[in-house]
Amino acid sequence: MCLAIPSRVIRIQDMNATVDVYGARRDISLLLLPEEVALGDFVLVHAGFAIQKVDNDAAHEALKYIKQIIEETEEDEL
Amino acid sequence: MEGVIIIENIKKLLDSIKRPVRLMEVCGTHTVAIFRHGIRKLLPEKILLISGPGCPVCVTSVEDVEKAMAIARNEDIIFTTFGDMMRVPGIEKNLSEVRAEGADVRVVYSPMDALRIASDNKDKKVVFFATGFETTSPSVAGTLFEADKLKIDNFYIYSAHKLVPPALDALLGSGEVNVDGFILPGHVSTIIGSRPYEFIAEKYRKPSVITGFDAEDILQGIYMLLEQIASNRAEVEIQYKKVVREEGNPKAVELMNEYFEPSDAYWRGIGTIPLSGLKLREKFRHRDISSAIKINISFAFGPQEPQGCSCGEILRGLKTPDQCPLFGCACTPESPVGACMVSTEGSCAAYYKYGGFI
Ligand code: SF4
Repeated sequence: MCLAIPSRVIRIQDMNATVDVYGARRDISLLLLPEEVALGDFVLVHAGFAIQKVDNDAAHEALKYIKQIIEETEEDEL
Repeated sequence: MEGVIIIENIKKLLDSIKRPVRLMEVCGTHTVAIFRHGIRKLLPEKILLISGPGCPVCVTSVEDVEKAMAIARNEDIIFTTFGDMMRVPGIEKNLSEVRAEGADVRVVYSPMDALRIASDNKDKKVVFFATGFETTSPSVAGTLFEADKLKIDNFYIYSAHKLVPPALDALLGSGEVNVDGFILPGHVSTIIGSRPYEFIAEKYRKPSVITGFDAEDILQGIYMLLEQIASNRAEVEIQYKKVVREEGNPKAVELMNEYFEPSDAYWRGIGTIPLSGLKLREKFRHRDISSAIKINISFAFGPQEPQGCSCGEILRGLKTPDQCPLFGCACTPESPVGACMVSTEGSCAAYYKYGGFI
């Protein structure tokens, strides 16, 4: 339940953003983010909120691993 | 450092420590990651990894589940929750069964989804079952902020939020738990940073390392713990520097503190831990469903754990799931007896899924 997923920011509008994670798009809030983000940045997303910025390499590494978990935990909500 | 090299270094350090080492992984996500990567098999036998209380689903009390179901049964209420909570057992039923009986219970991915439901259903009260640790509570605070901004008055929460550091304090303070160091949660710490854990070093002289979730992160975290043990140091260190800073996420913490204040909370299987939960501050009580409606439950305060279930001992690191007599026979993920088998991040579910290798 405490897993947060790195997601790429593809649209920003005020305090809201659209992110792409594994090709799926989600609208999230940037309200909790302590720093500015730009298009293309990766943010760590949990329960619909970005909670931290992540650098690109770290995001790609984490995404590889999380994908495996998601595939294994069928009905897990993230 | 690469995995193989880290393991070699772990072995060398362990030789110099000259005794078995017991490390507790606090977080359920780590429990699952450790199984997935087969970390136990990679490590020397003298390192024992034990699971702790870090699955928010597993520690949600029977009382909170009973109250959630009582709220959901109201005709003018839409009850929203994270999916994991649907099958957590109350005394006789769970939320999923209450939904099957006709209650309007909806699974959401974010509390913001619940707020949207509230905005679309102004004639109903929409309640979000606010569960989770510090990773999640700022999102709920953020949603309440949006609810006020958008003037959505029919949005409420039922808070069963829990805090990680007070639980570790209680665990260590009880003297029952014999551990040499802690693998601390990565994403909880993204929010709170490393400072709230300093008491582990200062009060109990135990090392701890905030650790990431891939195999190398975990091995590196274990190596850092052994280094501290070998040199007799006790500090809070951060292995997961990619996303965890010493100060955490101050903005998220500030918002969480604006809406919530610590309160005593009952942890399933563990008991009441002082100031280990979160309740809404007086100023925001109008968002608390408990103050908006009367919640009728016939509930005697207390453990109410299913008979024979060892979840309590497992959450405190005193037993491993395979030591529970019901494990794998009466209790499986398809028909869970206790909460530790319900959540995918529960220790029993992880042991079951990955073959119970200790
Ligand atoms: S195996 Fe089932 S009954 Fe036993 S402790 Fe785990 S959840 Fe409880």
